[in-house]
Amino acid sequence: MFTAAKGRLAWSAVAVGAVVALAGCASGDPLDEGTSTGEEGAAAPLVVSSQAYYSNEIIAEIYSQALEEGGYEVDREFQIGQREVYLPELEAGNIDVFPEYIGSLLQALDSEAAGGTADEVYADLQEALPGGLTALEPADASDQNSWTVTREFADKYDLTDVASLANVTEPISVGGNSELATRPYGPEALEAQYGVPIAEVKSIEDSGGPLTVKALVDNDIQLANIYTADPNIKANDLVALDDPDGIFFPDNVVTIVSDKVDAGAQKILDEVNAALSADDLVSLNSESVNDQKSADVIAEAWLTENGLI
Amino acid sequence: MNLIVDAIAWILDPAHYGGPNGIGVRLIEHLWISVVSLVIAGAIAIPAGFLIGHTGTGRAAAVLVSGGVRALPTLGLISILGLSIGIGVQAPIIAFVVLAIPSMLAGAYAGFEAIDRRIVDSARSVGMTEWQIVGRVELPLGLPLLIGGIRSATLQVIATATLAAYISGGGLGSFIFLGLRTNDYTQMLAGSILVIALAIAFEGAFSALQRLVVPAGVRAGQRTKVRSGSPRSAAEAE
Amino acid sequence: MNWVLNNLALIGERTLDHLAIAVPAIILSFVLSVPIGWVANRYRASNGVLLWLSGSLLAVSGLLYAIPSLPLFLALPAIIGTGLRDPINVVIGLTLYGIALMVRATADALASVDPNVEQSATAMGFSGWSRFWKVELPLAGPVLLAGIRVVSVSTVSLTTVGAVLGIESLGLLFTDGLQRNIPGEIYAGIVLTILIAVVLDGILVLCGRLLMPWRHAAAPKQQAPTELVVNA
Repeated sequence: MFTAAKGRLAWSAVAVGAVVALAGCASGDPLDEGTSTGEEGAAAPLVVSSQAYYSNEIIAEIYSQALEEGGYEVDREFQIGQREVYLPELEAGNIDVFPEYIGSLLQALDSEAAGGTADEVYADLQEALPGGLTALEPADASDQNSWTVTREFADKYDLTDVASLANVTEPISVGGNSELATRPYGPEALEAQYGVPIAEVKSIEDSGGPLTVKALVDNDIQLANIYTADPNIKANDLVALDDPDGIFFPDNVVTIVSDKVDAGAQKILDEVNAALSADDLVSLNSESVNDQKSADVIAEAWLTENGLI
Repeated sequence: MNLIVDAIAWILDPAHYGGPNGIGVRLIEHLWISVVSLVIAGAIAIPAGFLIGHTGTGRAAAVLVSGGVRALPTLGLISILGLSIGIGVQAPIIAFVVLAIPSMLAGAYAGFEAIDRRIVDSARSVGMTEWQIVGRVELPLGLPLLIGGIRSATLQVIATATLAAYISGGGLGSFIFLGLRTNDYTQMLAGSILVIALAIAFEGAFSALQRLVVPAGVRAGQRTKVRSGSPRSAAEAE
Repeated sequence: MNWVLNNLALIGERTLDHLAIAVPAIILSFVLSVPIGWVANRYRASNGVLLWLSGSLLAVSGLLYAIPSLPLFLALPAIIGTGLRDPINVVIGLTLYGIALMVRATADALASVDPNVEQSATAMGFSGWSRFWKVELPLAGPVLLAGIRVVSVSTVSLTTVGAVLGIESLGLLFTDGLQRNIPGEIYAGIVLTILIAVVLDGILVLCGRLLMPWRHAAAPKQQAPTELVVNA
């Protein structure tokens, strides 16, 4: 079997080589467009990107429209995957403007990061960012991890904050993305720090999306990791438990910019972030999820309402 | 290459075997999900394929259904099913059953159709009942193609069963998703290698099975026999 | 349905992105599989090293399909040095899957050509090269067509997986529709994926009719269905 596997690998290598050679012949095709590196100088458009997350896309669209209003040319490259995909692109300087979240980005850049208040995390983030990237002043709006339960479950055990989970007397199932198991606020920490009785951890890979919410509502799980700006929390009358000990990193919206973003553009982005409140973010998300509006419509309405365009 | 060496070291590390997230449990989950899906798919597709192959009716519908079903993206299907059924193994199993049906169906009816009609007519003329024709003539003669269909369905399901982990279904995909989410490429690659090894093991088992169950006469005639299948079957079976 | 009507431009754009990935992959699989399949078939009846080569070409190409697609799309850029979200990764990955299906189909197609015909062609003075192009390949056509049709359908379906890496295709309608819980968006993605598969299949059948006009007069002999796969 080992030789078979070796043969397969060697063969794959040959095949890949052949494909690359062929693809090379056919270059100049429409697949190669995009990823402008900005070497063309000041005239090149700013590349604004977003995660494959509808809420992040709305923020990126707001940035784009605001920059266009200020006379900048913008190249939108939205929905480019999760952090593991776009972070290398960002570090390589292929993206000029990216909406991020201070805590999650810090943890991705430095797995040993300490956490703390929003100001502390923002300061650490600026340290951790590689050269050529800058974190602008964060917004009030945040979209952070939370431990969330149903209203019924909260009432039953009188739950208000994470520590009160110790009141729970039955072993509970926890749901969230698989990396939860490795996080400092994960199920193990809950068990060790607060004595929460945990029976099982169920990995649901939709980042607290509808599958996780449904599992919680169906009582397949009793405790879920859901983002605080998720309109599903309100729609399903869920309770996001308070976190007085700060086990979760604060995740305020922050703009990561490259050196290509000049002072004028930074000022525009600062103004947008200054206007973006926590409630705003939830209602922007709700317009996307509940009213099924597209990002450009939502962004334009919000910018108009706030006198930014 | 270093990555692959690391991944193999990861697989060989005894620390990764115990517990609910160990290789042992995940491997059994993966096998369990795959086998259950394949058995259900077989229970639906094989009798249906025999019926179509034996009677020759309904094949247009079967071709249409299996063609359309093949284009169904499994991840999309798991997501939609998950939203109505909830998390766990049910939604992935239904999606894998749907995934396995086209190959099995095509294998079953193409196996029957590839048989020279004159052989079936001869069987009828020597006084065999329809059941005897199916059991003693069509089934053994169609077996190589049927097993071929089951074999490709198995390969697809084992490779795709990694997606069960997307909605808490467990299996070897758990390593792939956890590796993906935590930038642990070693673990991700180790999960993939385990899936490929499992597929290779099944391939080996299937070639042995094919040698065992296919009648000697069929095997001897296979090189010419299979080629002289009914003219349109292959192209339209696709 | 409202979502669909309000987002027709987006859907059209994603459909074109989808085609720009799937079509090159289908063509590449075909073009690369013919020589590999030829080698595998040519030495199928020999012995020693060449038989081993033929056998391992078939076995190994078939097993390419056992590689789960998501890790493959992620690992390819590391192996070949492209950017992570370069669509070329998905094109190459899909080409590998296409080869996995198509090499065996090609070998079987070439094997389906009657050896008597090949010998007659040689007797008539065809050289090996021109015999391949003018006799074997056309006669193998129908089975090759059957193979490429399967490759086409499964490639169109697998293209959606690239969405997980942020590569634009109809798959983005699944990921976005799931997050926002808009079933219409997910269904639109599924329906269009099937529609593209059906249209490409129709084009392949049409190409077959144009290139092999003799098929309807006297249907040639054929091989059983090739393995059919859609894995993700």
